[in-house]
Amino acid sequence: MARVVERIEVHGTVQGVGFRPHVHRLATALGIDGDVRNVDGRVVITAAGESEDLTAFRRLVRERSPAVSRVERLEVCRLPSTAAPPPGFVVRESRAGAVAGPRSVPPDLATCAACVAELFDPADRRHRYPFVNCTDCGPRATIVEALPYDRVRTSMREFPMCAACAAEYHDPTDRRFHAEPVACPACGPALTWGALAGEDALRAAVAVVAGGGVVAVKGIGGYQLVCDAADEEAVGRLRRVKRRPRKAFAVMVRTVEDARRLSFVDDPGPLRATAAPIVLLPRRRDAGLAPSVAPGMAELGLFLPYSPLHHLLLADLARPLVVTSGNRAGEPITTSDDEARATLGPLVDGVLAHDRRIRSRYDDSVVRGRAVLRRARGLAPDPLPLPTAVASPVLALGAQLKHTTALAVGDRAFLGPHTGDLSNAATFAAFEETAAALARTQGVEPGHCAHDRHPGYLSTGHARRWPAHRRIAVQHHHAHVAATAAEHGVRGRFLGVAYDGLGYGDDGTLWGGEVLLATYRDYRRVGRVGTAPLPGGEAAVRRPARMALGYLHGAEDFGVGLDGCADALLERVGVREAEVVRRMVARGVNSPVASSVGRLFDAAAALLGLCDDATYEGEAAVLLEAAAHGEPDHDALAWRLHHRDGLWVYDPVPTLRELAAATGPKAVVAARFHTAVAHATRALVEQAADATGVHVVCLGGGVFQNRRLTDAVVRELADSGFEVHVGQRVPVNDGGISYGQAAVAAARLEG
Amino acid sequence: LGHGSGGRLMAELIDQVIARELGTRGPLEDAAVLTAADVGPGGDPVLGPGADLVLSTDGFVVTPRFFPGGDIGSLAVHGTVNDLAMRGARPIALALAFVVEEGLPVEELRLVTRSAAKAAQDVGVPVVTGDTKVVGRGAADGLYVTTTGLGVRLPGARPSAAAGRVGDVVLLSGPIGAHGTAILSAREGLGFEAEIASDSRPLHRLVAAMLDAGGEDVHVLRDPTRGGLASALNELAAASGVAVEVVEDDVPVPRAVAAACELLGLDPFHVANEGCLVAFVAPRSAPDVLAAMRARPEGAGARAVGRVVDGPAGRVTARTLIGSTRIVDMLIGEQLPRIC
Ligand SMILES: [Fe+3]
Ligand SMILES: [Mg+2]
Ligand SMILES: [Zn+2]
Ligand SMILES: [Zn+2]
Repeated sequence: MARVVERIEVHGTVQGVGFRPHVHRLATALGIDGDVRNVDGRVVITAAGESEDLTAFRRLVRERSPAVSRVERLEVCRLPSTAAPPPGFVVRESRAGAVAGPRSVPPDLATCAACVAELFDPADRRHRYPFVNCTDCGPRATIVEALPYDRVRTSMREFPMCAACAAEYHDPTDRRFHAEPVACPACGPALTWGALAGEDALRAAVAVVAGGGVVAVKGIGGYQLVCDAADEEAVGRLRRVKRRPRKAFAVMVRTVEDARRLSFVDDPGPLRATAAPIVLLPRRRDAGLAPSVAPGMAELGLFLPYSPLHHLLLADLARPLVVTSGNRAGEPITTSDDEARATLGPLVDGVLAHDRRIRSRYDDSVVRGRAVLRRARGLAPDPLPLPTAVASPVLALGAQLKHTTALAVGDRAFLGPHTGDLSNAATFAAFEETAAALARTQGVEPGHCAHDRHPGYLSTGHARRWPAHRRIAVQHHHAHVAATAAEHGVRGRFLGVAYDGLGYGDDGTLWGGEVLLATYRDYRRVGRVGTAPLPGGEAAVRRPARMALGYLHGAEDFGVGLDGCADALLERVGVREAEVVRRMVARGVNSPVASSVGRLFDAAAALLGLCDDATYEGEAAVLLEAAAHGEPDHDALAWRLHHRDGLWVYDPVPTLRELAAATGPKAVVAARFHTAVAHATRALVEQAADATGVHVVCLGGGVFQNRRLTDAVVRELADSGFEVHVGQRVPVNDGGISYGQAAVAAARLEG
Repeated sequence: LGHGSGGRLMAELIDQVIARELGTRGPLEDAAVLTAADVGPGGDPVLGPGADLVLSTDGFVVTPRFFPGGDIGSLAVHGTVNDLAMRGARPIALALAFVVEEGLPVEELRLVTRSAAKAAQDVGVPVVTGDTKVVGRGAADGLYVTTTGLGVRLPGARPSAAAGRVGDVVLLSGPIGAHGTAILSAREGLGFEAEIASDSRPLHRLVAAMLDAGGEDVHVLRDPTRGGLASALNELAAASGVAVEVVEDDVPVPRAVAAACELLGLDPFHVANEGCLVAFVAPRSAPDVLAAMRARPEGAGARAVGRVVDGPAGRVTARTLIGSTRIVDMLIGEQLPRIC
């Protein structure tokens, strides 16, 4: 039988996931000679063996890949027999390849079961060592300085391995064979707490938390603030420290069983995912948490320990802990030790730090059901598909809030981690760092940028630094629906339903309740929601009560007004403000109009008496959804569709009228409101489909973070025979905008 | 008013209203001559040997024409005097041109002219020439005023938008936000008229005192009119190729203005002013300049509000009380919400 020599390139998420040791094991078992190495973001194998052994080998490489890896494709080419390798199979050092192509940066992985077992095994040499890891787990993207992924290009290069660790690292049969962050108490990073180190430091931090204190803990992607989730005083203090009055805190629990004590867990899958995201779950009442952990919420954000240090804290404290990002509201999560000591130190009772540097900032990811709401640690920057490949790389600059940046290279888009509100100087700096880091790790220089049309976004300001012919402006809602379409590989024309807070429309007004007939290249508005003024612009967004007054005094006129429906609201607001707002709307003073579903939810929440002032983005809508929690489907409140200026328009005023006049329990009214919006949406889409013959629908925009609404809209549209898509891996909120911009830019550049 | 065709009625209007209110003596000329022999109010020659002339012109179209704290006439004088002052000039002469819409009550024109005359007198600068045109109904909105000012640069004065240097102290002569809020409230009847008056006032004496104290160390002077303090700082930072960091809570905003801005959804940093200035001053002279400012009534509320720092050219940030830093952007067109 003939011996064959092949070169096999493995594409996908194959670095930092134990792929080379895995290939080594397969090759050795089949008696194949050759070597394996990381080249850029790929794994390249030279293999020599009998032809059928090689076939089996390729099949196993593809099918038996390690749990956290993802093989997208193999590229195989036959080499001349002169290229035959010497006998044996070796894992080689990585090198940067000559050919540029998309490279995958491995996401961070939660501590695996084997490492947790060692962590708590008194006989193990890594017993209670807070930095234990192996090829199946540990930090990755947060410690990477450059690709290919090797220890010398991570922050672990500062820790030369001891003989024991080096032996494991070089032993192909060991679980730590080429585990780049491998470390042990003898050679690796160590904890500090002021002058204390190691176990003493940990004990001190544990004592403070147990005593009702708040501590800063250096996590994987940034510092975190930690306190006892059952201690109302501690949680209250954390709220003051973070300047976060009401937005829910995430709670870390030790096990899925502990999560079940606090919430209803139908599917433990998302909790146990290697990304270990915060998972929003329906909460149990009387679960013993401090009331101010998640006031007014029907759900809790729960997650499991994902680093050895978290495991130790949870084990030693044996109680649920509030674990939240170490920053004050609006600031990016702190990654530097100096900054943590300077800015967090004075606010808390101690800083539990260590000397492994965080190279990239990653907040915790957040998921709800199958939908990713915040794509950060463990998920970013895993590449996403692009419908059209780009010839030269495109940097997509995102929006303004929940900001992300994406880099399109070839047929992949690398969506960077969420950073926050760009008007914060530190967040803006983080945005520029992330953009530079994406290009650096991919080894490319972007040829174009894609940006929002909003003239006031700071990301648009950044775009103005580019020459005009290398800028691609993408309308906000087109980007929202294109993101959903691209994630799901939609081809051809589709109907996009963009339900959003506010985005800059093509006519210079604010949009946010749009039905678009779209391709990736272009779109046309075919339906919308009725407009209302925002009295005071952003002041109306911060104060839903004002938004309700905007509808009262200035909703787009389809014959029915809200007069006489808002007496309770007017009383709460007071004569002075009510009169000023009335005048502002009447005179058009700083009262831009918007066709926004997000603002409609705000107004509804205010009219129902659920939220007059929002302390965080989307609070009113969150409370409105929470109010309806557990309610079955009820009859819709009134809604009307009108035809105006060639567009079908949902007039929400009858809906608000009935909502304000309804006398039943708020929960029922809130549920009926959701149903009305879902029914009106179905009607809008049906009209659009009649006019265009298109039956594929992509939902996008922050309003679809509302699960009740999304489920209802998907159900309604599916009933009508539509193929419906909604963002899952890519957030439907503005965190997905940069990816949508990349998809649109790629299509436009194709010509 | 119906004097569109020129001729005798027009001459009467000029003679009876404009010239009388301005106190013009002698024959009416279409251009004024300034000679080395002219002396100013202090008795010294207006045009000294080697004087640098500074020229500025500005059109005023404000609605309403009468507002708490001033009117279009006084505003036209103050605006131009302040533009001269920001280049380190002592104003020496003003020219005044009116575009009047047919139908404007003569009495209103008289009041505006009288107010401009009084403002000029208070400033100590003669109105030396002018022009009046009446246009048909609808061709103008009531009354437009254009003022041109001539000044002489004060000795040692070199202020320029491009002269800011890293390390400079940012001085602000007084509270911000009153003018724009007062105008808006008066125009739209929003009800703040009783509490908030425009800060319209001349700043040339304040500037003279500052230059006296700081000389060439006064690098940059700017009156933050349209676009407010935010736009002024952005323009200055860009022109000087530096970054500016202000401390938000050190920037004085009168309580009534802050309350109105809150209700109207306005950022006081973006609201127009007509009676304050911002200066970048070398650190060694900053205390003296600040003291000189505070010694004058129009600078009584002067404060150091920030620093010129090393950073991206044109970047303006504001440190807030809670310790975070926000980017203070130019106002681009209407203030459209950025929150999604
Ligand atoms: Fe959006
Ligand atoms: Mg001017
Ligand atoms: Zn492990
Ligand atoms: Zn070791």
